[in-house]
Amino acid sequence: MQIFDVFLLEAVLNGLLLGGLLALLSLGLNLVFGVIDVIWICYAELIMVGMYAIYYFYVVFGWPLLLAMAAGVALVAAAGAALHQFVIRPVLAAEPINQLLVTGGVLFFLQAAATLAFGIEFKNIGVSFPPIVLGDISFSMPRLIAFGVALAGMLAMYLFLTRTYMGTAIRAISQDRAIMPLMGVNPSRIFIITSALGGALAGLASCLLVLQYDIHPAIGLSFGPITFLICVLGGLGNMVGGFVAAFIFAQFISVGGFFLAVEWGYVIAFLFFIAVMFWRPQGIWGGK
Amino acid sequence: MNLAASGGHAMLRLDGVSAGYEGFQALFNVSLEVRSGESVAVIGPNGAGKTTLLRTISKLIEVTSGDIQMQDRSLNDVPAHEVIARGIAQVPEGRRLFARLTVEDNLKMGAFLPAARPRHAERLKFVYSLFPRLQERSAQIAGTLSGGEQQMCAIGRALMSGPKLLLLDEPSAGLAPVVVQSIFELVRRICAEGYTVLIVEQNIRQVLKVVNRAYLLETGRIKSSGSSAELLASDEIRKAYLGI
Repeated sequence: MQIFDVFLLEAVLNGLLLGGLLALLSLGLNLVFGVIDVIWICYAELIMVGMYAIYYFYVVFGWPLLLAMAAGVALVAAAGAALHQFVIRPVLAAEPINQLLVTGGVLFFLQAAATLAFGIEFKNIGVSFPPIVLGDISFSMPRLIAFGVALAGMLAMYLFLTRTYMGTAIRAISQDRAIMPLMGVNPSRIFIITSALGGALAGLASCLLVLQYDIHPAIGLSFGPITFLICVLGGLGNMVGGFVAAFIFAQFISVGGFFLAVEWGYVIAFLFFIAVMFWRPQGIWGGK
Repeated sequence: MNLAASGGHAMLRLDGVSAGYEGFQALFNVSLEVRSGESVAVIGPNGAGKTTLLRTISKLIEVTSGDIQMQDRSLNDVPAHEVIARGIAQVPEGRRLFARLTVEDNLKMGAFLPAARPRHAERLKFVYSLFPRLQERSAQIAGTLSGGEQQMCAIGRALMSGPKLLLLDEPSAGLAPVVVQSIFELVRRICAEGYTVLIVEQNIRQVLKVVNRAYLLETGRIKSSGSSAELLASDEIRKAYLGI
């Protein structure tokens, strides 16, 4: 019984660490949706681009790891801004389904482009950390780093959104786009900045994922759907809802996987998602 | 047409302005003037183009012909989001607060202009001294304020940019009769503070008690103009709008 409890505790703690990472993933998607009202279906592919960028900067060009990561974040932020400027902007007034389809198109484009450019073999930056052992419990160091950085990133985003003029404008514009010019705000500029921020968050996620996972052109599929589900679960565009939903989802995966097999964790989490959708289609904390 | 009488420098001048929405012209050859320190009303029936007029001055609607000048500089090529930097702030129709932001964040949005930010604290103090009720409710979500409080917040938000000219679009619309009285009292205080005000209203009797001069707008055209006393006394206004 004693041993059993310790392993359960380990599963709960690992779920907590996973939750931090998933919360960071959902934050960028929620931010963009909340402000621009467009879902970046290709969000996880931006993360994939960031992971390849870090790999090339660090392994191939031999830059210091932190510099490679900073450059990766900057690159994905620029990619987010470009995505808005060249793909989203022309369809801003179009039907939601068209907006979904163009970002879906970008998803397949990025996947195919990565396959052509980098091949399908798995790449790894080859940075390894010893596990952290506390009595009978062990954690992976990259997960702990990911958790800490994800929380710090979210705190920084929270402070930016609540304390600065630009952050306040980003929260305001989702409520009334049409009168923003009366405040001296150029809505197009806010959209570009928000998209760059969404990209930067995806870039930050790639820094954390690259420490834990191999890089391949389809890696977005491992994170895209789950990120989207978490956002829907928390109420699309609701950043706080997404934050809480990420931790709930991660516990289902981690603790569910502990009681059954690891793969079952995901099955249980998705069943939970479906059940919630029957109960509250707008998400647990969604409005309307 | 009795355009502005002598004296007082022109702050805002419209010269033969026409404007409209796609496939629909709403303003025809409108000329008017607001002098520094004056309060001027544009009155007229529903659908006369009063709101369109203010939206055109704020450049939310394109001018199709004519010229708008703010302090002798044309606004024609100025994009909407730069109008406020020229000193024109608008309190839009229906108040249009950011309903899920706090009162304080709404006021913060009014000070978004980089030039306004260093004076944020000072102007916030001024707005709170003008509307102590807003200070009591500063942390409250704007959507939960009463109609009158929302109007205070909307006016306060516009004042946060330190405007030279304040445009007020139907401040009394949609408010309970008791509250309407207090809103006009607010407008009177704003004018007394020395702000130059251009106000659009359907509540003609009330607004004429507050402003110096007024223009009558009908179907997108200026029909007449004059001092408040002149308009209150004119048969045209009395018969058509005051029901006397």
